[in-house]
Amino acid sequence: METGSVIGYLVSLVIMASIYGVFCLGLNIQWGYTGLFNIGIAGFFCIGAYTSAMITTPVPSGILAQYVHQLFGLNLPFVFGLLGAALMCGLVAFLIGVPTLRLSEDYLAIATLGIAETFRLIFNNERWLANGPQGLMGLPQPLHSLMGGRNYDYLYLVIVLIVVVIVYLLIEKGVRSPWGRVLRAVREDEISASASGKDVFRFKMQSLVFGSMVMGVGGALYAHYTKAISPDVFTPLYGTFIIWVMLMAGGSGNNKGALLGAYVIWGIWIGSDFLMDMLPDVIRDKGPYLRFLIVGILLEVILIYRPQGILGEEKKVSKMYN
Amino acid sequence: MAELFVYGIVLGCIISLGAIGITLVYGIVRMANFAHGEFMTAGAYIALLIVSVILPWLGVPDTTFGPLSFGWRMLIAFPVSMAAVAFIGIFFDRLLYKKLRLKNSNAVILAMSSLGVSFMIRMIILIITGPDYRFYRPGIMRPALQLPFGIKIRPDQIFIVALVVVLVVLLHLFLQRTKMGKAMRATADNTELALISGIDTEGIVMWTWGIGGGLAAAAGMLYGIDVQIHPGMGWNFLIPLFAAAILGGIGNMYGALVGGLVIGIAEQLSTAVLTPTYKLAVAFIIMILILFIKPEGIFGGSDK
Repeated sequence: METGSVIGYLVSLVIMASIYGVFCLGLNIQWGYTGLFNIGIAGFFCIGAYTSAMITTPVPSGILAQYVHQLFGLNLPFVFGLLGAALMCGLVAFLIGVPTLRLSEDYLAIATLGIAETFRLIFNNERWLANGPQGLMGLPQPLHSLMGGRNYDYLYLVIVLIVVVIVYLLIEKGVRSPWGRVLRAVREDEISASASGKDVFRFKMQSLVFGSMVMGVGGALYAHYTKAISPDVFTPLYGTFIIWVMLMAGGSGNNKGALLGAYVIWGIWIGSDFLMDMLPDVIRDKGPYLRFLIVGILLEVILIYRPQGILGEEKKVSKMYN
Repeated sequence: MAELFVYGIVLGCIISLGAIGITLVYGIVRMANFAHGEFMTAGAYIALLIVSVILPWLGVPDTTFGPLSFGWRMLIAFPVSMAAVAFIGIFFDRLLYKKLRLKNSNAVILAMSSLGVSFMIRMIILIITGPDYRFYRPGIMRPALQLPFGIKIRPDQIFIVALVVVLVVLLHLFLQRTKMGKAMRATADNTELALISGIDTEGIVMWTWGIGGGLAAAAGMLYGIDVQIHPGMGWNFLIPLFAAAILGGIGNMYGALVGGLVIGIAEQLSTAVLTPTYKLAVAFIIMILILFIKPEGIFGGSDK
């Protein structure tokens, strides 16, 4: 491989890892800091991606309208797509939170799983909503006029990294504030948190909504990177499971760990693809399954032998204000 | 409509078998088992291995019983596959969940571990068989029986309901009459109290996984006889299984039985107005409604 294509490949790898980093940060608010068990990340991934796609594209017209159906198309700039994705995911999270957050953690898990599967079904079956199984294509990329063509990835990498930094700083500020301390109090012991006069339900809801909004942003970043989305992208494996493994590997309750986990696991994931290429054909055909099996084993090993992940939780969390 | 109702009972019976396992594991082991759907898939595929590879090799004839679509091969596969999946359930408990319990891990960590197990089982099945849809006996459509009210039903479906009734009655007798069954109910009611009464709760946990796994395997095989089998079938059952368990009051075996029937009937009736692919969403919406109205389920939580 020539140097140019190697660098190009590395850039695309870092873009995807950074987008997964956004999901990990969102999940870290929910799980790492509050103990909320969301196993329907793929649902927020999906809603974020579709919302941003429909905000930033025009309604199909002319001959295209016969082939592409979508509920609405606002043709607004990328930033509105990101914000819209966040708002929509926040709204969905709120609706899931109302019946489940007063119950034990498992109910939230089952409900989020259900919402993820249900949305995938809806987007697959309802052609009028977002073109059914074919999905939406030709999504606009921000600042494409500035630096089009083969080098656009470099620009998109910068955009993704800016979003990652903004999200990271926002969350850091949140979790190091009194608000963040209440979240951890809720995670450790709900009863004593509520005995100290904290409205546990409200704090859990805020954490769920905030985390889901971040996931919505991740979904939007993904949509405008690949320029095409369809319901079969948002599977439990690529949309939920691998993100959990990333967070558990990096260290839940630690935002640096969340990002580190995304890069490490995505690196292993892509690297294992290269390893599969060296194996005989019989095994290579089973490549994706084999790789997911290994990721599953990795999760179990982490849960038993290193539940705190690579970095573990930071103990001194209020140092920003000292 | 009457026909959809009857099909709903058939589907509901299958869901009930799975939901009973979910609810027993939740009540006794105190964890949400997200791998339960994959126990069903594993049961269905182990049976496929037995009927299409092992038994032909042993020379068991490929006959069918009267109007049913299967014969001795499937009948032999049934108990063997149930035992195998019971063993798989116990195996993963020993390998993973027991270690986590001993470390006093959060119940959520156990649930996450089971999510990992569910993906691992699915991947192993995909590696061995690939993603294709399969049938136990391809190409044979037995004529349906004509019942009153224009209901058409296949003999296989009558067998499914009958077998589920037998299994549930056996489980009922086990829980009410045997010492082990009584100990299981005691543990579900209050683990600490069971411990200080000298009940071997780790032994109970093994029995729970065994029973849950065996019933899930039966559910998977029955679904395979009724419809078809594919590697994602169990995952698609996960939401209906939990919906049934929650509807009946989680931890309550008899509740899960009724919950399964309600979910199955609702799913089938919905196909009168919705695309059949939405069945799963119907189960999900019923579950959300129950969480809003009566989160402890219709029959309350504890196992009576």
